[in-house]
This record gives sequence, structure tokens and C-alpha cells, in this order.
Amino acid sequence: MTTHPADGGEPVELTPRDAANWAKHVSTLRLGEVPAEAINLNVTGKRVVGPIQGFGRLWQKTYRVELPGVQTTPAKVIATWKQDFGSFWPDSGRFYGPLTSMAPGDVALLNLSVGGGVKLSTGILVLYADEESFTFMTPQGHIFAAWITFSAATAEPDGLCAAQVQVLLRANDPVYELGMPLVVQRREDRFWQQTLANLARHLGVAEPAVTTAVVCVDRRRQWSNAANVWHNAGIRSALYTLGAPLRRLWQAARGGRDTRRARA
Amino acid sequence: MKQKAGTMDVRQVSGLVSVVDVRGDVTAESEGALNNAYSSASTPTTRAIILNFSGLDYMNSGGIGMLVMLLVRANRQRQRLLAYGLNQHYRQIFELTRLDEAIDIHDSEAEALVAVGGR
Repeated sequence: MTTHPADGGEPVELTPRDAANWAKHVSTLRLGEVPAEAINLNVTGKRVVGPIQGFGRLWQKTYRVELPGVQTTPAKVIATWKQDFGSFWPDSGRFYGPLTSMAPGDVALLNLSVGGGVKLSTGILVLYADEESFTFMTPQGHIFAAWITFSAATAEPDGLCAAQVQVLLRANDPVYELGMPLVVQRREDRFWQQTLANLARHLGVAEPAVTTAVVCVDRRRQWSNAANVWHNAGIRSALYTLGAPLRRLWQAARGGRDTRRARA
Repeated sequence: MKQKAGTMDVRQVSGLVSVVDVRGDVTAESEGALNNAYSSASTPTTRAIILNFSGLDYMNSGGIGMLVMLLVRANRQRQRLLAYGLNQHYRQIFELTRLDEAIDIHDSEAEALVAVGGR
């Protein structure tokens, strides 16, 4: 925003109120250190994508849980959520984020079990964060080209606090889109429903009731983005898993050769 | 963060082009105002809608989501969406979220009008 001084001097550009809440512009993602047990694929070097860059139909999904009987504020709920974000996830997903709180520009690694012993490795960028909400953006190859917003708010007039996950997404490529009606949608719904239920239980709700609202915002598929399949993290992770025995053989052979050289 | 209600006023520049003057905050709460503005701006002959962001005070990720919704509505009607008046900070947000790949950004209203052939 620009302001014009009363004395007619040069206009001054003020720092916007939201300046500290947004990630700085990055051309590609760079991941920091991750634990040795994590599968680190499909994040570093990838660009972020949103609903405009995706392939499939555009969906808005809203998952919400009320927190009856809990004396809290939206800011406290979000602080707790940010602090232990990965601990509220179901067992099928692992979140390897920064050890500090979730800050704009942070990049995290995700390992998601997708069946058949395959762990889909992908990530997220923390696009936006303030006291009462934070938003992730996904990279190329992720199942979704999406913005995922986590927020908390107090409803009037009863003052009841509620936590919410809202996802604006398109399947990233035709392969993921094929799986949407069969598997992906249901898994996605279950994932966030369980996450919200876990958060509500942690905050003291004995029997959390999570509601889900799904709206198809745009039925059209964006065929110009069909080539996104090149980055498909599911396919790349599956190939990585299939290649594991070969990598082990290669490492064993190299280890043996190094030992013989050391003896010589 | 405390948010202030935003306003959106519509100007019909010609039968083909409308301008929406955005002032104040753009958040998820702006959904009603943005939908009303789009309904006023979009006529059967409208081919382009220009968003004037020079009065924008604050935008969060909910606001960016609203712009995607607006883009979908405009695309459905085969209308172009353009923007001007974005300061450096908001230009960077458009680049980061890659909204700039779908919404053409210009320095001034005159430039945006030239781009749509409205003047």
C-alpha cells in the first residue's frame, strides 16, 4: 500500500500488515536435513504448484471439528497444532518438518504409505502462517496441486472454538485423477478426519465429531497440464522401492571391494 | 490478526470491460463481496474483468483462494482476468502462488485496457 504525505512529499510504500506471514518467493524447493530413516525423494528442485497448475477437477474440501467444553482460543489451538503437527497425523503418514514451529517458507518432507510396501515421498511448502491459520502449497509430483489451509475460529454467539482443514485441490496429473473416485478421495477424507479427531482429543474432547463438506468447483480437466505425470511422485517412489534390492546388492559389492582394497 | 472488511466497487469501462476496485482486506470473509462484485461486473458482453488492487491493505491465503474461485467463474464465461495496482509484495505473492500464470498483471489501468483492447 502507498501513502501520500500531507506536505506533498514523495509517496511512501508502507510495509503491508501481512508481509511477515508469507513465504518469500522461491523458484524451486530446497529441503534441509531429514532423519536417516526417511525416504527423501521428489522435493528438492521441484517447483510448487497450486490449483491453477493441476490437471483434474477442482475440489474444495472442508473438514471441521468443534471443541465443546474446551477453554481455549483460536490462537492457542493453532499454536498447539503447529508445534506438534506431525503427531496428529494417522499412522499412514510421516511428517518430517523443521524442529522449530511452522514458519512461512519452511519446507517439509512427507512419507505416505500407499500400500504394497510403497511409501510415497513428497513434500510441502509453508506458504502462509499467522496466529490463527497456516497454509501449505504442494510441489510438482504430489498427488494434489493444492493449497491446504489449517485454521481455528470462534463461532458466534456461543463462542465455541472449532478447528478446520480446508483443501483447494486438483489431482496433479491424469494417473492420480484416475485414482480419485476409487481410492484417493476416500483416503484423503479419512486422513484429515483422523487428524482433526486426534487434535480434538489432544485438546480434551472425548468424542470428537468431524464434519466434511465437499464441493466440486470446476468439473473441467486441464489437459494442457497432462504432462505433469512426468513428475508423479507415486510412480517415482514405487520405482525407488522396486530398485531397493538392486541398490543393496550394489552397496554390498562396493563394500566388499572397499574391504579388499583396505586389506591390500 | 485483526482483519478489516474489504470493499469492492465495480465500474463498467465499456460493454466489454469492467473494473473492480478492491479496497481493504481480501480474506475468505470477502467471498460474498467478491461474488457480488463479479455478478455486477459480468454482463453477457463482458470479455475481461480488471481487478484494481491499488487500495489493497491485507491479503491472506484465504484471499488467494477466493481469487482462484473468481478465476474459475470468469473462465467458465470465457472472460479474461487481469490485475493492476499490485505493489512489490503482492506481486511476489502472485508469483509465489503462480496466480500470475492465469491473471495478467499490469502496472496501470491504461496498460490493462490496452492489453484487452478496451481502449
